[in-house]
Amino acid sequence: MATPSIEIAGLTKRFGKFVALDHLDLDLEGSICVGFLGPNGAGKTTALKMATDMIFPSEGHVLINGVAVRGSRERALASCGVLIESPEIYPSLSPREALSMVADIRGIPVGQRRSRVDEALEEVKMTEWADKKTGKFSKGMKQRINLAAALVHDPEVLILDEPATGLDPRGMAEVRDIIRNLKRRSRLVFMSSHILQEVTDVCDQVALINHGRLLFYDTLSNVLSNFSKGHASVDAVFSTPVGARASEVAALQGVERVEPLDPARLRIHFGGGLEAQRRILKGLVGLDLDVVSFKESGTSLEDIYLEQVTRGDA
Amino acid sequence: MPDMGADQTTSGTRAPPAVGGLIESILKLARSQFKEFVRSRRFAFVIGAVLFVGAIETIVIGYYRPASVISNPVTFYSGGWGGPIAELALFAAVIFGGDAIAGEFQNKTGYFLMSLPLRRSAIYAGKYLAALVASLTVISLYLLVLVLNGIFYFGTRAFPWQLGASFGISLVYLLAVLSAAFFFSSLFKTATYAVLVVAVLFIIGFPIIQAWVTDLARVEPWFIISYASPVLGDIFLSPYPPHTQTMVVHGSITSVTLTVTTYTPTVVEGLAIMLGYFILTTAAGLLLFGREEFT
Repeated sequence: MATPSIEIAGLTKRFGKFVALDHLDLDLEGSICVGFLGPNGAGKTTALKMATDMIFPSEGHVLINGVAVRGSRERALASCGVLIESPEIYPSLSPREALSMVADIRGIPVGQRRSRVDEALEEVKMTEWADKKTGKFSKGMKQRINLAAALVHDPEVLILDEPATGLDPRGMAEVRDIIRNLKRRSRLVFMSSHILQEVTDVCDQVALINHGRLLFYDTLSNVLSNFSKGHASVDAVFSTPVGARASEVAALQGVERVEPLDPARLRIHFGGGLEAQRRILKGLVGLDLDVVSFKESGTSLEDIYLEQVTRGDA
Repeated sequence: MPDMGADQTTSGTRAPPAVGGLIESILKLARSQFKEFVRSRRFAFVIGAVLFVGAIETIVIGYYRPASVISNPVTFYSGGWGGPIAELALFAAVIFGGDAIAGEFQNKTGYFLMSLPLRRSAIYAGKYLAALVASLTVISLYLLVLVLNGIFYFGTRAFPWQLGASFGISLVYLLAVLSAAFFFSSLFKTATYAVLVVAVLFIIGFPIIQAWVTDLARVEPWFIISYASPVLGDIFLSPYPPHTQTMVVHGSITSVTLTVTTYTPTVVEGLAIMLGYFILTTAAGLLLFGREEFT
């Protein structure tokens, strides 16, 4: 039996002489989350819109679970949850009515409809607003309903265009939880995002495009190790100020340099991959520095992103 | 395909819920769109306007009791229905159809619909059906007010056959003008432009073109929708007006003699024009919407 999949082959979009997307090839398969990255105007939303038949390719095609989107959109999107461009919901409808309409069109049997809608509303934490009109909802609240609409039929494949747009920090964290939960339920999530921390937290694979061209597509761990050329950094937090003992940390095997972030926090740059990282943690414990937190620096993907995008712009 | 760094389960794909056929999708979408119409301010406004006009009509006729109107059911329904029904149908089509497609782009509600497993033709047809039912509701309400007045003056058995025929033709006319409104709405991505263009074209544009064609080119304007609408009122006339009438007009000051030909569509011709508009603008609108990109 096939696993959930999105196949993008030679996908190209031209607007007159402007090439918005240039022969994009991506083959996504399995219960994974793929982060689709790129600066504004790189072609991310264009690609996602072609993947959902909102705009049409100049060349190439997209298959969702083996079904061509162009020409069979109703079959291709049947197993797919879509959230593109933060759509507006008909203002006179309540979230429950909007989701019931989606459930109805998506063919969810009447007997299951109410419970599915309730589950989706619960998942996006909108239960208490379920029967209010959406017309006066904030952007973030509407985005939650849009996300619920993409989830209500429990799709195998999700195509999400910046799902955390308009959400407050708590909402962003909840989106991350939803995506993690989807992965646990063997779903394939393909999402664009500008929030690199979000991508680092939830995505297994990353595709970066710029000027319509794919710069790389690989697993997150491969990207981090390949593009950091074996160099990485971790942030270590201590219960008390480290002071002069930072030099002892700098002397640990594999450490290249130590960057004080505040009196009780150090960014430790090192080479040698995960093995070196393990040794450093062991070394810190051995120094009896009372480490309260030790985690990969969140800027790694950001550094790679900026380097790749800047190089592409040059 | 890159190496899988994360855990990958290989669960099989489940069959998604059965989405249903084209007709089922159209009906489902139409139902939700109609619900949206019914709750909208514009629907309340149109219903209010119809009730207001109906009330004024009731009061004026009741107070003045003009013999020309209440002398017999045919003249009553001819004036009350045959006269204004074309304008009412047009008004409803502009209100419910003018921004039907353009509004989906402008308000970004189209992205919500386009994320659903619906054919574009189902979206177009579902919205059309909802607008049709909303327009019919308005027209039926007007007819109800009129019929209640008619029952008051003539009793419950005085319904001329022309009223039924005109109502039937008005449905065809509504199909045509609503299809045309949807077609023009598909040309724009801004709702206001779409409504303006549809309104101006129907209220001013077509009548002017019709006058030019008739008076200057001296051709029967069989290809203009507004030419067909008088059938709705003419059907009450006995005898039905002749298809063409030629008059020789002599100007007393200019001493110029003009031959003027006026055209009146026959019922069959009127229906053919309406159906022609319905079919052509529906096909063109579907084609346009099918190629429209949600950029």
